[in-house]
Amino acid sequence: MIGERQRAAIDGVLGADSFGWGSETRAATGGRVSRGGAALRERRHLLLPALQAAQRAAGWVTPEALEYLHDRLGIAPADSYGVATFYDLIDTAPGQSVRVRVCDDIACSGITLDGLGDDVAVEHVSCLGHCNRGSAALVDVVGREPVTVAPVTIESLETAIETGTAVPSADEIGGSVRLLSRVGVVDPASLDDYRMHGGYEALKRALDAGPATVIQEVEESQLRGRGGAAFPAGQKWSAVARANAVTKYVVCNADESEPGTFKDRIVLENDPYALVEALTISAFAVGASRGYVYVRGEYPVAAQRMECAISEARRAGLLGNSVLASDFAFDMEVRRGGGAYICGEETALFNSIEGFRGEPRSKPPFPTERGLFGGPTVVNNVETLLNILPIVLDGGQAFAANRHGSVTGSKLFPVSGRVVRPGLYEAPPGTSLGEIIRMAGGVIGTFRAALIGGAAGEFVGPDGLDRVMSIEYSLGQPYGSGAIVVFDDTSDMDAVAKRIAAFFEHESCGQCVPCRIGTSVQHASLDRFLDGDSTQRKILEDVDRVMTDSSICGLGRTAASAIRSALKLGLIGGAA
Amino acid sequence: MFGAGGGTSSYKEAEETDLIILWGSNARSAHPIFFHHVLRGIHNGAKLLVVDPRRSTSAEFADLWLGIDVGSDIALANAVGREIIASGFHDTEFIERATVGFETYRDAVQEWTLERAEHVTGVPADAIKELAHTYASAPTAQLCWTLGITEHHNGTDNVFSLINLALLTGHIGRWGSGLVPVRGQNNVQGGGDMGALPNKLPGFKDVTDDAERARFEAVYGTAMPSENGWHISQMFDAMERGDLRSVYIIGENPARSEADAGRVRGLLGDLDHLVVQDMFLTKTAELADVVLPAAAGWAETDGTFTSSERRIQLVRKAIDPPGEARDDLEIISDLAARLGHDWGRPTAKEVWDELRSLSAIHAGMSYERLEELGGIQWPCFDEQDPGAPFLHGRLWDDPVAGPRAPFTPVEWVPPVDRLTDEFPIRLTTGRHLDSFNTGVQSGRYRSPRRLGETLDLSPEDAAAHGVTDGDVVAVISRRGSVRAPVRTDINLRPGLAFMSFHFPDQVDTNLLTLDAWDPKSGTSEYKATAIRLERLEEEQ
Repeated sequence: MIGERQRAAIDGVLGADSFGWGSETRAATGGRVSRGGAALRERRHLLLPALQAAQRAAGWVTPEALEYLHDRLGIAPADSYGVATFYDLIDTAPGQSVRVRVCDDIACSGITLDGLGDDVAVEHVSCLGHCNRGSAALVDVVGREPVTVAPVTIESLETAIETGTAVPSADEIGGSVRLLSRVGVVDPASLDDYRMHGGYEALKRALDAGPATVIQEVEESQLRGRGGAAFPAGQKWSAVARANAVTKYVVCNADESEPGTFKDRIVLENDPYALVEALTISAFAVGASRGYVYVRGEYPVAAQRMECAISEARRAGLLGNSVLASDFAFDMEVRRGGGAYICGEETALFNSIEGFRGEPRSKPPFPTERGLFGGPTVVNNVETLLNILPIVLDGGQAFAANRHGSVTGSKLFPVSGRVVRPGLYEAPPGTSLGEIIRMAGGVIGTFRAALIGGAAGEFVGPDGLDRVMSIEYSLGQPYGSGAIVVFDDTSDMDAVAKRIAAFFEHESCGQCVPCRIGTSVQHASLDRFLDGDSTQRKILEDVDRVMTDSSICGLGRTAASAIRSALKLGLIGGAA
Repeated sequence: MFGAGGGTSSYKEAEETDLIILWGSNARSAHPIFFHHVLRGIHNGAKLLVVDPRRSTSAEFADLWLGIDVGSDIALANAVGREIIASGFHDTEFIERATVGFETYRDAVQEWTLERAEHVTGVPADAIKELAHTYASAPTAQLCWTLGITEHHNGTDNVFSLINLALLTGHIGRWGSGLVPVRGQNNVQGGGDMGALPNKLPGFKDVTDDAERARFEAVYGTAMPSENGWHISQMFDAMERGDLRSVYIIGENPARSEADAGRVRGLLGDLDHLVVQDMFLTKTAELADVVLPAAAGWAETDGTFTSSERRIQLVRKAIDPPGEARDDLEIISDLAARLGHDWGRPTAKEVWDELRSLSAIHAGMSYERLEELGGIQWPCFDEQDPGAPFLHGRLWDDPVAGPRAPFTPVEWVPPVDRLTDEFPIRLTTGRHLDSFNTGVQSGRYRSPRRLGETLDLSPEDAAAHGVTDGDVVAVISRRGSVRAPVRTDINLRPGLAFMSFHFPDQVDTNLLTLDAWDPKSGTSEYKATAIRLERLEEEQ
């Protein structure tokens, strides 16, 4: 039998109504009639939240919990086991009741945690998105919401384990602050405060202007996606607006997991209402009735603040059947990731929300055609949505006036590593890499290289400092997510490259062969190469080509990018 | 259906229909390939309804499951028919144009009120009503069944009761609407098509039809019996009487698969002469005087298979059979030679072309076309004919060409093996996903899901007998008894038990079953046995 706590936790997610075949239903019909089918399968999207609740309650998902989910959701235990094992933050075997996940990724300094007790399990994990703080750990105690400790000290960890609280240092922001104007200024819990700082003016204007005008403004703004792929936002919106479907969706992709990237976290934590407002505008423009904010599982504060903002907005009539007393009906909810980098890929994210393993789908069909639950879907990154507010308020043309070549609007750059003031910097289009590093106070030692765009990006050497950062290849240095991790003469570049290779091997979802085998061969081969076996270079190049050409999704296609550039610049392989 | 033994629909229709009813079928476990088509249909928005005494694995997928009493299918179907008529959901235009006998049917089902059906079937009246209304109002519907319908002493009547529903609603002869008896093996359909039936010549021509028989005799160059032969249940009766003394069995394992297996084994053992031709040394083969080892029907021989959707597909030889095993065709040709008829060594293609010259529904299916089109669905009358994705489209012509489809009123009769105080529990048998029939073909492959034979009981019955999972009990019917470990299953209601017959070496389930057979089909009533349990004291 399932434990009481775990059962209550699952019931808390699934509610009381059940199409399952528990003892109550069976007894009520004399074992003669059962219902379910489509009605049951339509609840599959509750699987991941239910698994998360079960994990939280007991520290792992027991076989009895999987059986119980079978009864409640009609999903075979083998199936939900497959989903549970997909995610790093869900366990299917018992472990310690206290777990500390410490970041040992490229931007964080190595930390030794010898002072913690024997009953604490310490795991080293990939980037936790607090690169500006130099070190970070996620403290997970059974029965409690996890907390992030950053920077990490033994004392702060012990406090977090004991009390379940942690006081993070303030996030440094700077540059030509405009998108970030409310960060650190408004109280992220207060809707009134947000409104006093201009909040919900954009939604009012959008409702007055009508969907067609909003889409026109977004198209005229020439805003391009800030998640990394730089797809024109207006084009997505108008495609979904045109689509003939009963139910359409808008999704805010807040599964920021690219190592070195923490821009979305800062926005989510400090300006959550802006995202609620922007996603509402997006839904209004395209005719969606339902929205999801998919927040990275390792961002508990961001998720809590978004959840709080959504319920406050709902209470104030800014979400629901009649948004701002209009006939526009829209609501949204937060979904938390389970600890899987791949779920930042938009179609993997859909599968994750729908209750399946977060494996990417083949495209086409594109999300605008068949996205979440098969409906036309707009997916926008957090930062992209943030740009919607000034576009609606000031007009698309005014937004587009702030431009460099064809690239419009300012960009957020999370800068970390060997710089004086790691933080989030907002820069107008046309800013060079060197200028951004100067915003962060400059390099601590002698500049060696910067990794642009995280693990999926590429290294740039000293001769790239003057290059303009631009999503347009013809205009300058492509920046992907915008992450900039700076390395100086003290940095161990071999170790950085190995960490990146290990990252991709761990995060490959395993669905397609080129990526599953390729990331693993790349890691092994790089180790041998860095140990002095120069013949491995040819293997690295071959694997690069296979992964880049034939992987299903962007993960495999970019898994060799950083290592390729490091080899080209001669940053690694001194021994070979 | 209506003269030819085959399902009316293509598999693809299950993917594109609005409603799928599995009636007496646990396709998810027993017909997993067909169920893939069902799943696609579900994914495309089709509703799934399941009628089955057990809440089977298929029922778990269903929008609505009706847990009827074993053998009460006709009561349920008649009540559904009455409810459709009473609610005015029947397709009067179709009925008038394309069918005969509606009034007789209407009168015959008149007494089958929802209340009476609830009393007989055990299913609440509102669920029966929902089934009726859902079927009648669906734009298209596939009514599928398997052995839960046919393995009864009145299996043919069960089928008629379902056909009546399709005629009532016009769910026949249109893409997406049809009657689908799903076959249990890849080539059961082909066996029937080729005349491996006691009353039919290849292409479903009657043995008793003199003109047809003369056509076959002219080609075969021999005289043929003008009377129907025996079906398998009649053969065992003939053995018992001493009228049948020599038997030649090809690819069957009746010593394991027949109901009342104890009797069957005794009869086979008492024969003057028994020849068994099989891929495996089966329990039946062990009883034989002569065993002829046969090549595998796939990979080791050329020929054709015919699937449940009447699709004939080529199968090609890839490797030579091992040891002394030989192609069935070779064995039969050599046997003919020893009996004084030199047929030479015909190839599979030559035999097929001979069949095409005799069976009109196969006439257009050259090997070249079968290869090119990836199989053809009969009937296919000439080499321009693309074949028939579904049957009986003519019923929608106005006026209907040819005979109209007859309603066949049938009356409910309870199972032969009555429940009494002495035998109070209803045992029904069926299949698990990872095993095939008597286990001859599947038993040697390992499966993590294979748990061996169990007597599956409702938790209530287990508690009433003071047994729990793993306890071995004696299972006793009026014909025999076996020992089996108990497994409790909340998908069974009190009074209903379940066993498979996949593990005859462990538990010989068919020692319990009854060989009361349907006079029209010859199929035994495997699905309804009355049993009692006896708890065994712990053996020291």
